[in-house]
Amino acid sequence: MTSTTHTHPNYMGIFWVLLVLTVVEVGITFLGLPKLLLGSLLVILAVWKAALVAMYFMHLKFERKTLAVIAIVPFVLCVFLILMLLPDIGPA
Amino acid sequence: MSEVAAVQHQVEPAESPLTPESWGKLGMWNFLAGDAMSFGGLIVGYGILRYSSANWPVPSEVLGINLTAIMTFLLIVSSVTMVMGLAGIQAGDMPRFKKFMGLTILGGAIFLGLQAYEWTHLINHTLPEYKLSFSSHLFATTFFVLTGFHGLHVTGGVIYNAVVLANVSRGRWGANHVEIAGLYWHFVDLVWILIFTFVYLL
Repeated sequence: MTSTTHTHPNYMGIFWVLLVLTVVEVGITFLGLPKLLLGSLLVILAVWKAALVAMYFMHLKFERKTLAVIAIVPFVLCVFLILMLLPDIGPA
Repeated sequence: MSEVAAVQHQVEPAESPLTPESWGKLGMWNFLAGDAMSFGGLIVGYGILRYSSANWPVPSEVLGINLTAIMTFLLIVSSVTMVMGLAGIQAGDMPRFKKFMGLTILGGAIFLGLQAYEWTHLINHTLPEYKLSFSSHLFATTFFVLTGFHGLHVTGGVIYNAVVLANVSRGRWGANHVEIAGLYWHFVDLVWILIFTFVYLL
């Protein structure tokens, strides 16, 4: 709780990582990779970037676990939503 | 630092042992979780409609990704200036806070300007060219609903940040308010990272 235990994460370091990941994301779309491979890579990169923003800019890494539990709930529900809708997905 | 901590405590203490963080922060996280479900529903719905459609166009061909890559860069930069502003006020450095908070607001405003330009161009030129206008294809519908919902969040964020800047400058609010506004702003950035990938790149 005290201010002395609160040290700032390396914000600029995170910024450069986010920038590089964005460039990689845009770059690989021009490589003509197989659709499934490209899609998987893009999703992994996007989730990676989102996690970096949440962990460091939103300080989730340095907070109580309760906040992380709150934050993860919508993502779990989204996966659940996709699973429930699977039977209806696909060309009609 | 101790002065700032004192102000912070005076403005909004942690109200009970159950919530070591302030209620404001806990409330913002709860709101963001609900908001994430709204975005999640829209993104999942978009994915299902797209996958179920036989003639979905390649988004990067229709939309172009150069401008959007710049917009993505802009939001990431404005997230960085936001944390710099927070670090400023936490260190009791008001000029640094004001400078970076101002830059954050500016970044959000430029983002909105670019989005308005992008929408205008799409509606007047690109979409009619590809015969994908709003009323004739779900591509346009899903695109405008998703990016529009996000754009409204950015609009709200710019106003929110301006209110925080004004109140902190007058000494009415403290670092805690800045941190909570930051949570919202980073969330908007985070959602854009996902939209950029799912709507433009995939």
